[in-house]
Amino acid sequence: MVQMLTANRLIDGRVLYWKEGGWVETLEDAERFTDTAAAEAALTAAKDFVARNLVVNPYLFEIKDGRPVKEREIIRAAGPSVRTDLGKQADHV
Amino acid sequence: MYRYDEFDARFVRERTEQFRFQVERRLKGELTEDQFKPLRLMNGLYLQLHAYMLRIAVPYGTLSARQFRKLAEIARKYDKGYGHFTTRQNMQFNWPALKDVPDILGELATVEMHCIQTSGNCIRNVTADHFAGAAADEIEDPRPVAELIRQWSSLHPEFSFLPRKFKIAVIAAREDRAALRYHDAAVEIVKNAEGRTGYRVWVGGGMGRTPYLGYVVGDFVEKPDLLGFLEAIMRVYNENGRRDNLFKARIKILAHSLGETEMRERVLREFKEIKAAGYLQVPEAERARIAAYFAPPEFETLTDEPLPTDGDLGRWIANNVAPHKQPGYAIATISLKPIGGVPGDINADQLDGVAQLMDDFGLTEIRASHEQNLVLPHVRQKDLPAVFARLTALGLATPNAGLITDIICCPGLDYCDLANARSIPIAQEIAKRFADLERQEDIGELKIKMSGCINACGHHHAGHIGILGVDKKGVEYYQLLLGGSAAEDASIGEIMGPGFGEHEIVDAVDRVVEAYRKLRQPGERFLDTYRRLGMEPFKNVAYGEQLHAAH
Repeated sequence: MVQMLTANRLIDGRVLYWKEGGWVETLEDAERFTDTAAAEAALTAAKDFVARNLVVNPYLFEIKDGRPVKEREIIRAAGPSVRTDLGKQADHV
Repeated sequence: MYRYDEFDARFVRERTEQFRFQVERRLKGELTEDQFKPLRLMNGLYLQLHAYMLRIAVPYGTLSARQFRKLAEIARKYDKGYGHFTTRQNMQFNWPALKDVPDILGELATVEMHCIQTSGNCIRNVTADHFAGAAADEIEDPRPVAELIRQWSSLHPEFSFLPRKFKIAVIAAREDRAALRYHDAAVEIVKNAEGRTGYRVWVGGGMGRTPYLGYVVGDFVEKPDLLGFLEAIMRVYNENGRRDNLFKARIKILAHSLGETEMRERVLREFKEIKAAGYLQVPEAERARIAAYFAPPEFETLTDEPLPTDGDLGRWIANNVAPHKQPGYAIATISLKPIGGVPGDINADQLDGVAQLMDDFGLTEIRASHEQNLVLPHVRQKDLPAVFARLTALGLATPNAGLITDIICCPGLDYCDLANARSIPIAQEIAKRFADLERQEDIGELKIKMSGCINACGHHHAGHIGILGVDKKGVEYYQLLLGGSAAEDASIGEIMGPGFGEHEIVDAVDRVVEAYRKLRQPGERFLDTYRRLGMEPFKNVAYGEQLHAAH
């Protein structure tokens, strides 16, 4: 199972992804965990960012064939499917 | 409309500064998220999928042009240029940053708006008939009662930590345009046999995972007694409502587990005790003071005239204009359901444009409806062509009020953290499928209501056709419900059977509607035909040749 780690930035609520001890803004740039222990370790490390009031609600989610398994995470990574001019997807237009 | 007095203004200003301080403390780390979350929710601030979402209270759906301009300004300055009208007459912004929210609240306070009690386990924003003060069939304007309840319930210490949220609606007409029986409690202004005006009080309605229709708990409550009677209901709920199970905490569960007789007895017993102890009676003078804020505009002496019936204007008048109680005037619905658009969304230019229209035509107020449309309550009939032209230029003249493309729809998984499935794209596809206006008019009144999860913000239980999005192992499916109604003939929709896939649901709706067109008798709405024939004939066609319906 491949997993990724996400959270929301406290100050503006924007979606963030974990990469090598810090956070990036896009799914494409984020770290993929093939090892469950490494994913759990990242989640533990992410809680330090919660304690420092930088992010809220970090959690792991599953990806398959390079895409999130759940529609929820696909939409979080892109933006509203009904407004492709908004959210992260807007930067790719 | 209601104007803040000194107390209101100070209260909202102080509340804004209090929240500014709380946000500062949160950003500095002096409050944890667990400590901060209930504080932000008390100010209408949620964290959704992409960003924070700010829900702004619009008491009984009434707004001024000045407030519309402020909403436009906020949309441009702090959000992404648009807002969303909800199914409870409120407005939401989908992208505010936490650091900006105190400033937004400050801006709102300058036009007598706030976000208090748009979340949390309290008495929420009070809703009312969106035709209030204009409807030909009303006894009196229901908004003074709604305002009275708003003032009484705002930060009421006894009702700030209820078992769950509590929603109240007020109407004063035979035709129910406020989904009365789906509310935790509702006040219906009625006349008794002697012709005296009082209140019929309902309790125990609700949607969500366990839908119930409310029932009458007070047949005729005298005017001065209303707050005391509502207090009795709240006390019975506060004392007996379940706090051990989130899903069983609404008053509907208590009301229907106790049963009508027992609930009524408990409320009346409590009311008697409250009366014996001395209680809050609302003096006539205070009721008159509040009512004065809702005095109708000074109507000109006009006569009803034949309205245009031809062309686009005629279609818009036929579908979006309703009779007014004052001769020579009309009620105009501005549909926020353009074909293929997002139900309830409005952009900043449109907000400004509508505000200008209001100023230019002497319209002092506008309403947001729970059906996610806007209503101009007092339009001179002779102004209708010019108003229509202006709305056309703004992209707000879709002539579909009450028709099949006038769909109530929650934000769903495109925005909402609670949603299981997207709802907006399905509503858009249904609207495109039925875009032909002649076909829509032939179908007649048909209310489609759609939710992206069981919480039912899109009122799917009350749809003539309801649609509920569900998640099955990561895939979106859509359940079809038939036979619901939120009107005076209220009923709860029945689930048809297995859900439909994302690419199947629009075809299923189409087949159900075509079955209705074949089976209907003269004068029957979809709902009437369904009630006469039941689910079977519709179920027989809905699944068609589809072999892979979800289970």
